[in-house]
Amino acid sequence: MTNHIDLGSVLRQTLAAHLYSNLVTRPTGRAVRSEIERQLDSVPTAERALAIIDFSQVSMIDFSCADEVIAKLVMNRSAHPTLESYFVFRGMNDDHWDAIETVLERHGLALVVEREGGGVELVGVLADRERRAWEGVKRRGRTLPADLAGELGEPEDDIGETLDRMWKRRLIMRFGDAYMPVGELA
Amino acid sequence: MTAVVKVPPSLDEAGFEQVLQQVADLPEDAKMLLDARHTKWASPYGLGALLTLGQARDHARPTFAVPESDETLSYWNRSNFFYYASDLYDLKGVVPRKSPAGDSQVLLPITPVTKSEDVHEVVGHIQQKAQQIIATELGIDPKAIVGFAMTLSEVCQNIIEHAGRGGWVMVQTYDWRKRLGRRVVVIAVCDAGVGFRGSLDTAGHRAPTDRWDDGAALEAAVMRGVSRFRDPGRGQGLAGVRKYIARWQGKLSVRSGTARIAIVPDWDDDAPLLENLPRFPGAQIQVTIPERAKR
Repeated sequence: MTNHIDLGSVLRQTLAAHLYSNLVTRPTGRAVRSEIERQLDSVPTAERALAIIDFSQVSMIDFSCADEVIAKLVMNRSAHPTLESYFVFRGMNDDHWDAIETVLERHGLALVVEREGGGVELVGVLADRERRAWEGVKRRGRTLPADLAGELGEPEDDIGETLDRMWKRRLIMRFGDAYMPVGELA
Repeated sequence: MTAVVKVPPSLDEAGFEQVLQQVADLPEDAKMLLDARHTKWASPYGLGALLTLGQARDHARPTFAVPESDETLSYWNRSNFFYYASDLYDLKGVVPRKSPAGDSQVLLPITPVTKSEDVHEVVGHIQQKAQQIIATELGIDPKAIVGFAMTLSEVCQNIIEHAGRGGWVMVQTYDWRKRLGRRVVVIAVCDAGVGFRGSLDTAGHRAPTDRWDDGAALEAAVMRGVSRFRDPGRGQGLAGVRKYIARWQGKLSVRSGTARIAIVPDWDDDAPLLENLPRFPGAQIQVTIPERAKR
């Protein structure tokens, strides 16, 4: 199940005003995050859900709002006991990036981001092995730890641990013993 | 007996300290006349701080003698100063009527900040004018504009999140030939709330040393991002402001209580930390971004 969440629309609904296109202030961020979580929870899902968080209609985001809308959203949903929530962030540009990068570094987070020309990449705080694993999973589409370890020439246990950690961070999806990139379903 | 407090001809951060020196020993309920008749110029900080002083002296409504210079009166009027000052002071002298058109050269006239929606208004207003004034006239890289709006948002939020009462913001560009030889754009945000130490005290946020005063509270909040909230996501706002001013060779100064801390760029020789200043409530913040140096 994929939800498309247009942050510009959520912002206007949340503030009950059509004049604002800036994600600024912590109270605004908190309200926007609550609305996103309400939308995610209102859709009956199986054990996995994917949401496209679309920044296209957002002019700017400040640090406080980025902390609420991105960092807390990702951290809260990653800790959900039963539902696996995955996010792909769309429409982010340089004007958004300063604030987002700062909060990702602060919390040690990473995001799956869809680039303008299509395709997804990881941004944020990542270990070197996580970056290599991500590129490998993206290339292979769906992979077992042993196969990826073979391709990368790295110990299978290390790659297995890395993939498991990335799954817990909701940066890749897990189906049985195999892993695949989140963006494949977007 | 009314104490007469002289406002200096040039009212910026240093000029306002001269005002506070005179106010410091006055009892809270003392009658006070603030004499600005000979004041010729005021920075956004100066105007915001004057309003804050009126707000802080609410035990005995002070009197304010307005500037005599027509030019100064006109500018202060276009900056909305008298509109808000009339709520706090008994104004004495010829006060011009509010100009409905405002001043296209004032990036953001004095604007009250009491709630989150005010910050949206302020940021929206700046975005409309920033391209013309910041990028075109000051030659500041257009990439700096978004960061400027973010910085403005974060310093305004300091009032909402920490002050406990409303404050004011103003943004303006002006020539800073004497010190810098260039134009600058300045954000001033002033409130008379609980201040940095008061805010951190509410969380029992004492530093693990014997030293805990306004200077230590400013160092903790401004330099280390300590916040009264336990949430680890807090304290990023001022950290972001620091990052922004470092990138654009700007300056940040924050006064609270009896101390003032500053992040000082190469082009300035201000003191990084001043202590034992006259006590003044709340927080007064100034961000200065200089025009791009001509090659």
